[in-house]
Amino acid sequence: MATISREEVAHLARLARLAVTDEELDVFAGQLDVILGAVARVGEVAAEDIPPTSHAVPLTNVLRADELRDCLDRDAVLAAAPAAEDGRFRVPRILDEEA
Amino acid sequence: MGTPNGSEVMPTDLTRLTAAQSAAVIAAGQASAVEVTRAHLDRIDAVDGRVHAFLHVDADGALAQARAADERRAAGRALGPLDGVPLAQKDVVVTRGMPTTCGSKILAGWVPPYDATVQARIRAAGVVTLGKSNMDEFAMGSSTENSAFGPSHNPWDTDRVPGGSSGGSAAAVASYQAPLAIGTDTGGSIRQPAAVCGLVGHKPTYGGVSRYGLIAFSSSLDQAGPLARTVLDAALLHAAVAGHDPMDSTSIDAPVPPVVAAARDGGSADLAGLRVGVVRELGGEGYQPGVVAVFRATVALLERMGASVREVSCPHFDYALPAYYLIAPSECSSNLARFDAVRYGLRVGDDGVRGLEEVMSLTRDAGFGPEVKRRVMLGTYALSSGYYDAYYGQAQKVRTLISRDFAAAFADTDVLVSPSTPTVAFPLGERVDDPMAMYVADLCTLPASLAGLPAISVPCGLSEGLPVGLQVMAPALADDRCYRVAAAVEAGLMRDRGRPLLAEAPAL
Repeated sequence: MATISREEVAHLARLARLAVTDEELDVFAGQLDVILGAVARVGEVAAEDIPPTSHAVPLTNVLRADELRDCLDRDAVLAAAPAAEDGRFRVPRILDEEA
Repeated sequence: MGTPNGSEVMPTDLTRLTAAQSAAVIAAGQASAVEVTRAHLDRIDAVDGRVHAFLHVDADGALAQARAADERRAAGRALGPLDGVPLAQKDVVVTRGMPTTCGSKILAGWVPPYDATVQARIRAAGVVTLGKSNMDEFAMGSSTENSAFGPSHNPWDTDRVPGGSSGGSAAAVASYQAPLAIGTDTGGSIRQPAAVCGLVGHKPTYGGVSRYGLIAFSSSLDQAGPLARTVLDAALLHAAVAGHDPMDSTSIDAPVPPVVAAARDGGSADLAGLRVGVVRELGGEGYQPGVVAVFRATVALLERMGASVREVSCPHFDYALPAYYLIAPSECSSNLARFDAVRYGLRVGDDGVRGLEEVMSLTRDAGFGPEVKRRVMLGTYALSSGYYDAYYGQAQKVRTLISRDFAAAFADTDVLVSPSTPTVAFPLGERVDDPMAMYVADLCTLPASLAGLPAISVPCGLSEGLPVGLQVMAPALADDRCYRVAAAVEAGLMRDRGRPLLAEAPAL
C-alpha cells in the first residue's frame, strides 16, 4: 500500500504553491512514495530519549549593535525585480483571493 | 619561461600551472596576470563547448581584474598568495553585477546588487573571477543533470557526469579552464564531484566559511569550500575565504585552522603517530569492487607512511541517508519559499486578473525543475502536523546519534577515512529518472555533513580508468588534519606513479 496518495501529493503541491500539471502529479506521486518509503527508515532507530539536533554547531542568538548602517540601494534592488512601480515592488492583486 | 624559485620545473602552458605556481610566476614577473587570465579564457573557448562547465563567462571583467593585479605588482603592493590567479565561481554564490542563476530558470537573468562574503573575500585577495560555473538547480543533485541549462560533462569521459552539485566547478578545474573553483557542499556537493573528476575538494567545518550571499538550500548543512588540482591550492583558497563574518550568525568566531601549513607539512608524506579509523559502515553493499580495492590500497599507503590504522564502527551512519533526505528537503521547502515572483527572478501569468497566490504557483511550477519540486513537496510533507514527529523530528534525533558516533570514534582516532563515493563517475542519463539511485551517490559524504565536520576528498587512484577519491574526516575545527593527510596521500601517490593522477586523464 502506498505511503502517500495522488490526492495527498496534489494537496502538498497546493501548500507549496506549485501549480503542478496532471502529468507531473502522476510522476511525482510514484516517486515521492518511493522516497518516503526509503526515508521512513529513520523510524527504525530507537531514539525516544535522544535530544534533536537542529544545528551541528551550538548556537545562541547573535546580535549586533543597533546602529544605522548602509544598506542596498533601492533602485538597484528594484531593477532586479520582475515588476516595480513608484519605487516599490509591484505585486499581483492580493485582495479577494478567496472570492 | 623560467622557474620562479629555481627548484621547480614549470609547465610552459599557463593553464597547466597550479594556483601556487601561477601566483609565483606572476609575482616573479615571468608572466603577467593578464597573460594567465587570457590563457584560461582561450582554454574556455577551446574546450567548454564539450565540457559546459560555465554558465556565464565574464571575459572583460576577468581581464580588468587581471590588469589591476598587474598594476598592483608594478606598484609593489600585491595582495597575497593568490593575487592574479583565476577562479571559477559556483553559480550559487551571489556576485555583484554578474548574472547568478543557481542553475534555475526561476533566476535566469538576475543580476545581484551585492556580493556574497565568499566573493568579496576572493576579490579582496586579488583572485580573478572568470565566470560562474554550472550546478544542479539550487545545489540539489549529484550530477549537474538537474541544471536548468543542461549538464556539465566529466573531462575524463564526456559521456559521464562530473558529479554534483558543484559539477561545473569540478569540470572547469579538471579540464584546466581554471586552477581554482569555489563549490558548496550540503551533503557532498564539493567532495563527490572532486572525487569523480580527480580533484581535491574540501568541505570546511560548518561555520568555517561564511554563508552570507550563498543562495540557501539547507541552512544547517550548507558550506562553501575549495576545489583545486592540488592540496596546497585548495588550502590557499580555503585560507582566502574562511574566517568569521558578522553577516552570518552561524559563522564561527575562532581562528581559521592552519590549513596551508598542514598542506605543506603533509607533503613530507610522514604520518608517524597519526591514528586513522576506517569506518566499517562506509563500504560493502553498493560499493564498486574497483573503488573498494583502490581504497584498501590507499589505507595500506597510510600505514606505510607511519599511520596506525584500526577499524571503527559508527552504527548510525546507516541512517544518514534517510535522515539527510528528510532534513535537507525540510529546510529547502522553507528556504525556497522566498521565490515568490515578487522580489527577483521570473514572474509567470501576471495578467492583471490573476491574484498573487496563483501567479506565485504558476511561476514556481514554471521556474523550478522536477528535483526541486520533489524536495519542496517532500519537505512540506515532513514538516506538516501529524508527520513532523515521525519524519523531521526523528531525523533530527538520528542526527544527534550520528554526531555521537563520530565523537566516540574520535576518542581514540585523529581522522576517519572512507571512499569519497561508492562508485566512479556514472554515465549521463543513467540515474536521472530514479531519484533514490541518484541519492546514494552521497552515501559516504552525508555523515560529516550532518555532524558539521570538516572532510576532504583527495585523489587516490583509478578504477576502470576513472578517478577514485579518499575521504578524510576530522573533528570540528580540525580542518588542518584533513589537509595534512590529503597532502601525504598526494605525495605518496606522486612517488608511486611519477606524475599527478590528473595527468592520466585523456586529452580533451
